[in-house]
This record gives sequence, C-alpha cells and structure tokens, in this order.
Amino acid sequence: MDPSQLKYARTHEWVHLDGDVATIGISKFAVEELTDLVYIELPSAGDQVSKGASFGEVESVKAVSDLYSPVAGEVVEANNALADDLAALSDDPYGKGWVVRIRVSNPSDLDDLMDAAAYEEYCNSQG
Amino acid sequence: MKNEQATQLLFELSVPGRTATRWPDSDVPDRPIDDLIPSRYRAESAPSMPELTEADVVRHFVNLSTRNFSVDTHFYPLGSCTMKYNPKRHERLAGLDGLGNLHPYQREEDSQGMLQILFEMQEMLGEIAGLPAVSLQPAAGAQGEFTSLLVAAAYFRDRGEKRTKVIFPSSAHGTNPASAALAGFDCVQLDPSPTGLVDPEQLQSHLDDSTAVFMITNPNTLGLFEKDIDRIAGMVHDAGGLVYIDGANMNAILGITRPGDFGGDMMHYNVHKTFTGPHGAGGPGAGPIAVRSFLADYLPGPVVRKETAEDGTVTYRLADPPHSIGRMRSFFGNVGILLRGYFYLRTLGAQGLRAVSENAVLNANYLREKLKDILPVPQGERCMHEFVASAKKQKDERGVTAMDVAKRLLDYGFHAPTVYFPLVVAEALMIEPTETESKETLDAFSDALHAIATEDPEMLHQAPYTTPVSRPDEVAAGRKPQLTWTPCLND
Amino acid sequence: MSYLFNTPQQTQEMLAAIGVGSIGDLLEQIPESLRLDRELDLPAPKSELELEQHVRSLAGQNVTATRRSCFLGGGAYDHFVPAVVDEIASRGEFYTAYTPYQAEASQGSLQAFFEFQTLICQLTGMDVSNASLYEGGTAVSEAAFMAMRVTNRHDRVVVLGSVHPEFRQILHTYTDHLPCEIVEIRCPDGVADLNLVKEQLDEKTSCLVVQQPNFFGCLEDVQELSDLAHSVGALSVVSVDPISLGMLERPGNLGADIVVAEGQPLGIPLQYGGPYLGILACRNEYVRKIPGRIVSLATDRNGQRCFVLGLQTREQHIRREKATSNICTNQGLLALRATIYMSLLGADGLGQVADLCCRKAHYAAEQLTALDGVELMFAQPFFKEFVLRVGNGAERFVGAAREAGFDIGPLLTRFDTLEDPVRSEGVLVAVTECRSRDEIDALRDAVQNA
Repeated sequence: MDPSQLKYARTHEWVHLDGDVATIGISKFAVEELTDLVYIELPSAGDQVSKGASFGEVESVKAVSDLYSPVAGEVVEANNALADDLAALSDDPYGKGWVVRIRVSNPSDLDDLMDAAAYEEYCNSQG
Repeated sequence: MKNEQATQLLFELSVPGRTATRWPDSDVPDRPIDDLIPSRYRAESAPSMPELTEADVVRHFVNLSTRNFSVDTHFYPLGSCTMKYNPKRHERLAGLDGLGNLHPYQREEDSQGMLQILFEMQEMLGEIAGLPAVSLQPAAGAQGEFTSLLVAAAYFRDRGEKRTKVIFPSSAHGTNPASAALAGFDCVQLDPSPTGLVDPEQLQSHLDDSTAVFMITNPNTLGLFEKDIDRIAGMVHDAGGLVYIDGANMNAILGITRPGDFGGDMMHYNVHKTFTGPHGAGGPGAGPIAVRSFLADYLPGPVVRKETAEDGTVTYRLADPPHSIGRMRSFFGNVGILLRGYFYLRTLGAQGLRAVSENAVLNANYLREKLKDILPVPQGERCMHEFVASAKKQKDERGVTAMDVAKRLLDYGFHAPTVYFPLVVAEALMIEPTETESKETLDAFSDALHAIATEDPEMLHQAPYTTPVSRPDEVAAGRKPQLTWTPCLND
Repeated sequence: MSYLFNTPQQTQEMLAAIGVGSIGDLLEQIPESLRLDRELDLPAPKSELELEQHVRSLAGQNVTATRRSCFLGGGAYDHFVPAVVDEIASRGEFYTAYTPYQAEASQGSLQAFFEFQTLICQLTGMDVSNASLYEGGTAVSEAAFMAMRVTNRHDRVVVLGSVHPEFRQILHTYTDHLPCEIVEIRCPDGVADLNLVKEQLDEKTSCLVVQQPNFFGCLEDVQELSDLAHSVGALSVVSVDPISLGMLERPGNLGADIVVAEGQPLGIPLQYGGPYLGILACRNEYVRKIPGRIVSLATDRNGQRCFVLGLQTREQHIRREKATSNICTNQGLLALRATIYMSLLGADGLGQVADLCCRKAHYAAEQLTALDGVELMFAQPFFKEFVLRVGNGAERFVGAAREAGFDIGPLLTRFDTLEDPVRSEGVLVAVTECRSRDEIDALRDAVQNA
C-alpha cells in the first residue's frame, strides 16, 4: 500500500478502498506513538461496525487504545496473523500490518477523511 | 550472598516422596470410601502438587521475604498508599484466641466482646468522618465506593428520580470510574485544570437533573486540599446530586476537618492506609463507609446496634437497615483489619490522631521544600500529606525519566514513589512520606535524589543494580504472558 | 502515642526550612470555615499495657472454636493451621509490603503469588488463576460479570438455590441496578434438578452458577450441569471448597469454565468472617476477561527469570470505567497463607485432610441420625457438611449441644431466602479433621433428648 495514496481519519486509522471493500490499518505515526504494543483485539468476520465506533483495541503494557472505524459496514476479514506477530504492525503498518477489511455500506463515508498531505499536517499539529 | 537455591520455584524444589505434614489416623470406624462418596464424584488421580519438607517450605519463603522492600525494612514513600509504620501490638492482639478463632456464625450472645469492638469502631469512624451512619462491610476502598454508589442509586430510586451520571475529576483513582461503571452509571470525567483543583465552572456545566454523584478525593491525588469544596458540594446538592468523598487521603485531615463538614454525603475509609492495617503485599484492606443520616437506612447489612435495657444491661446486636441495598460480601467484613484500626484509634485518641495528620503534612512539606530544586511541583504552593513532583525538567535536559529516578532510588535503599500517577502531571513522582518517618530519613532520601540528579543518564537507564532483578522485560511478558509454572518451563 | 519521630527541636527546624512559623500555618490550605473547631470526640488514648488488658477482656467474652468444640460451617470452617503458616505470614517483609507494582522491590511477593496461581490451577484443574479476590462470595459475582463479558450476554445469570444464600444475596446486590436478571432455581431435594435447570437455561443466559459441595454439603453433578450450560452457549461457573479437592474430582475435568472458591479453609483463621480469600481460576481463552491482579513470569535485562504484574491493561488503574473489575486492594497476605498451606500439605496432605473430614462427617451423621426425631434433610451424598432435620425444634437441639460444650450450626433460620422445611427445621453441621470421635459421641449424647 502506498501511504501517499491512502485516506486518513483523525483517530489515525488509514483506509484503502477497493471496490466496496475498505482495508483499514493504523498509521505509522500512531504506531510509533503507541510504542511496544503487546496485544490487539480484533473483530470477527460478519460483525457490523458503524462509522466512528470502536471495532477493536490495541494495548501496550500500560495503556489501551481503541481502534475506530472510519466507515460503516460489515467486517469481511480481520488480520488474525497480527495476534501472533504484532511486530508486523510496527514494521509494515501499510502492508502486512493491515488490521481489518470492511464491506462499506456507504462509500461517501470516506469523503470526510484526510488525504496524505492533510494528515501529515494534522500529525505535525499534534506533535 | 543470596540463597539462590531456596528461592527456586516450589515446583522445582519438589522431590517425590517428601512430606511436610503428618495427620492423625482416622479414629472413626473404617468404612469403604465408596460407601461414603460414590466414585463418580471422586478424583481418579490426586492433583499434581509439589512435595516438600517443612524445612524446605520455611527456607523457601523466608528467603523469598528477603527479596521484598517493606515498611519494616525500608522508607516506602509510595504516594496515595500511606505506607506508615504498622504497630506490632496490633498483630498480637488481633491473633488473640477470642478474636482470631471466632466463627462468623457464632451467635450474638457469645460474640459480645467482638460486637462491642465493632460497634465502637462504627462510632469512631462516624465521628472522624462527620457522617454518623457507618457500615464496616466493604472489603476495601474500591468496594466502599461501589457500595456507596449502590446506596445512592437506591436513595434516588426511592425518591423516584432517574439519575444516571457519575462525575469525577481526571485526577481520580481508577477505582472511581470502575466502581461507577460497575454500579451501572454513566461516567463523566472532568478535564484537568491548570491549578490541579476542580474547576467549579467546568463542573457546573456538567451538573443537571441526571447527575447522581460527584466523586472527589480530598485532599486530591495531587496532595492539594480542594479549597472550593464547600461551594462545589453546594453546587452538586443544588443539582440534586450527592457528594462522595474518596477517603484515600484521610491521613492528611484527621481531626482537622471532616468530610461531613465540608459537604460530603458519603465516604469510604482505607483502614489499611489511614489506620495502619498492614498492606500485606496488596491486601487485605477494609473499606468501611460513612454516610449522612438520611442514607443510613440503605446501608448494607448487617450493622451493629447497641441496646440498653431498663436495668442498664447493654447488648450488641446485628441488624439489617430497613431499606438495605443488601449484602456486599459474605459474613461481617474484613474484621481482622478493622480490629487493627480499632487498636490504633484506641492507642491514639483524639489528640494523637490529629498529631498524625499534622506530622504527615509537616513531613510532606519539608520534603517538598528539600526537593524543589531538582523535582519541582507544578501545582500548588504547599501540599497536604503528599505531593506530586515532576521529573520533566530532568527528562527534557538529560533524558532521565521518572521511572529512571524511581528505579535508581532502590539502589539507595529507598522504595520508589508512585510514578506516572496522576496522569495530569508529566513524569509524575507522587511522594507520601507519612508521619512515621524521621527528619534524618527525609534528609537521606533528599540526598539520594540530589545525587541521582547528577548521575550519568546512561547508567540510570539501566538501574537498579543492587536488587535481585532489574528492569523486567514487560513487553515480552505482555505479548506472551506466562501465568503458571509448567514442567516445560524448565526445559 | 502516634508513632512519631519529630522532636520539638526538629519540628522547628523543619518549619524554618519550609518557611512557616507553625504547623497551623501549613494547615491554612484548608479554609478556616471548614476546620473543626473542637477536638474529636474519641475515647481517651491507651498505653500498650492498657490496650492489651482492655482487648483481652473483650476477647474473653467471645466463645471461640477453642472454647467450644466447633461443628459450625456454612462457608467458614475450623480447619487446622500448621505453625509454619503463621510464622511465615507474620514476617514484616511480607505483611508490611505494598502491592508489588515496583517489581525489583517485590520479587518475594510476586513469586509467592505466581506460585499461588500455579497451585490453584493444579488444585482445580484450570489453566489460569488470578492473584486473589476479596472472598468467596464476591468471587461468584465477579465470575458472573466475567461470564457476561465472555459471552457478551448481559441479561441473565442462572444460579442454583443450593448455592450459599449469602453468595446469592451478593449477586443480587451487585446486579440490582443493571439490566441483568438473576434466576434462582429451587433445589428442594438438596441438589439441582436437571430438568428444572434445563427449563431456565436459554440463549440469553451468560452462565450457570453451581456450588460443589453445595451450601447443604451435598454433591452436585457438575459434569451434567456444565454440559447443560454449554448446550445453550453459557459458561459453567463452579464454586468449590478447596479442601474437598483433596478427594473430589477437579472442576477443570468436569466442564467448568470459571472456578471460584472461598479459600479460608487453606490456612486462614476464622476471625469472625474475614479477611478471607477469594479464588478465581478459568480456562486459558478467557484470560483477558479475568478480574483482579495476576502475576506473570518475565525475564529481566540480564536475562534472569523474574516476576511482574501482568495483563495490567485489564485493571482499573489503566482501563478505568472499562476495567474488568473495580478491584484494587486484594487479599495478598491471605493468598500467601494459602500458598504456604498448600506447599506444606501437597496433594498427599490435602488428600488426608479431605479423607478425615469426610469420614468423620459421615460418622457424625450416622450417630446423630440414629437419634429419635433426627434425620438427614437430604438423601444425597455429602462431603464434610450436612443438614439435619430436627423435628422437635432446631433451636432446642442446638441449645442442648451448646450447653454441653458444642457449637453446631448455623441454624438455617438466619437465611431468609431458604424455604421450609430447610429453613425452619434445618441445622447445618460441619465436621473437620479437628473433631474427634470422642467429641462426636459426646455431642450425640448431649442432644439425644433435645
């Protein structure tokens, strides 16, 4: 996945839309902020998620962060390989570290997401 | 030299065929066990447990004990935890046959001494709180919070009010929101304010007819007295809500001011902190609650009542309050810890109790003053019984974190302060010396922190050096938690 | 006498260093209008000698298990506590330490708790144990909450009427303001009627709560009950008497998903009801839903084995309102006592204690039910405790025993959720390894005309 071509949420998830299926992951910026992740809780295929709602969690030793879905829809697949190898999340957040695929009910959900340039500016302002 | 052999795990020390106990032969007529309990209920094989001699067990645990820091061995300025000296007389007295071997279902007539102690404890806790109705039942502070919130919920239900919201400051102990959620309330957390105190205006914006309870620790977790507390309490009351005082920091105000006098409707004590029931490496505690009279009927049962007959004979009885929320735990309460609190209060009396808080405040302010050049305190001019210093300056200038400082203190023979709590202070070091420490100890602690402030940061990142282990890899442990011993661990 | 160090001279030095004139100046942080303008109304202070005399005199008014031969049960028992347990647990290094958040300063406690967790798993046949809860009753409620999280069913908990009445009462109190319904199943025969259980279990049920041996001392068919729970996708929660596992099948082998227990029998004195020890163990797959502290094995920076608090993100200090429980302070010192007790006894010792309790209880039941008007309330297998049905009045029966120096009970009238005739005519009798045949015979003789 080319990070410059992705859409980003303010809660630091990235989205790539292919047909009506959105692949969602966590941005490199967010992964670095979280540091030393130890656990990820993923949804199951078939789960319904709504836009802006939590669909999972990532944990470090002393913190928990919710993962928020930038789109509404049905979970097609979760990247269960992450459960055994969280390193993929930090080593390759835009590739092997993808988190979940969701069949999007409403493609216009992506409209209010940021492009890469806007997201970079947003991260700088957070820094 | 440390004895590394005896501190192997029990399971590694085990040798088949060893035993530590011998039990009497059965003295009742022998019958086949199948006649007593059909085989389908019985285990086919015994559980796989270690086999050790008595001396193995003793040497193992005595050596393990030397791998702990404790109040008996070290200065333990762990903020929010009130690690004061635990008087030895309490241990002997709590172990007296008449107290330690009393069955919880012994009838009242045969438990009068115990019930008298518990009744007097209720009375004393009510007086210290300025809140007259007391339940000794909760097992710890968190359960005291939960109990009080259930009391509040029952009270509102009886009044036909639907109040769903519990509000607390961001500096609150995690137990506050956790207890509120457990009791079925929605949680509203206030944003931190620059002063470290609750901002009345911000609180006001959240108060409405859905507000059930405002929970506040006073002095708060920054060690600051909430000076607007009576105004805050008035605002909550005006909105029809109740004020809950988290009593974790009661050691600062004993006999000086009372939760009931500054607007609290309900509170819990941590007897294991304030009244020196020992902490036992994590428990047991006791978390009795005190509430205003109009909430008394909702308290969990049983409580102890005193009856005086016409001829003056006094009898103590157990009773359930008329609209009791029910029962929070089995039996009466964590009596062993309540007893220690009782012994403490009977030893101190009113003046002694006030002296506790005065000296806790004195010690904390003295230490705060001694450390301000290297570990400044962002909020407040003075503190009550504890203060939250920040290592941010050291982190920015030298890359030394609060954790580095905490770990290095262990090498100097001091237990570390609480670190990274409350979250509202960057690189927080929460320091509570308690009243049972000398100026010499506080000076030595200050000297150690000053020495650390000049030590090589690289060296500090690896500290401690003198403890049995150093810097456990919590990330690896978090990814693959190993929570029990299995034989393959040793392969 | 407040255990203070500061001399008047030092106090002045400290005040000067702070830059104030008096302690009163420091207390000005508290608005004057809120300060107490009088002394607290508390009893006068006592010296150690006076305190000891006072407490001894009050303690002397209580009739303990050493003063009257103790056949009292109902969840707290007069089991023998070996001297080593008291000796080790009274070491200040253990009992004056705090929660082991700072691993380097707490390896002694952390390792002991890791050993506790392992021993509990060995004893119950479960995969994971936490490092303790308050006591056996709240452990049942914590298990029910945990089952709701695991199954994502928050509407219904089914509990057998043979579970300790106080445990059930706690469950009601804990869930009173939640949408969860607590369904109790009557057990008029002293154990679960599987058909009645089946009728109440449905797709909304989060768990079935069973006690083994149950409150009446009787043995439940845990495997069948677990199977019934599983058939609707609910969890099987089993509350056990740890001593009984020296003889009875481990619940892990009988389909239990969460095992809880009151750990008092494992070396903890009666002390009028607490502090005792809540035990909770479960299957591996539920570990992230478990309440309370848990210790994990780790490796330090030098590659040495060590122990740390594990999975802390479940807990209130991190997850706050989303925590798996609000518990913070637990029962560390009691977990240590249980660990010492179990390491002294081993499987063999536990087996002997269980065998003695079982044999003596059956002998006592046989002797007592040989009397006129006295019978077993339930014709069910039991372990160390049983309910007598006393036609001539339970109170008189218990009174006659007391006169002769025996405490039996509790009288079941104290539990208002029990039904008649259990409540009105039932007397619980518990027999531990500490009771002798002579005591049992003398008890029988004392009550024979009651």
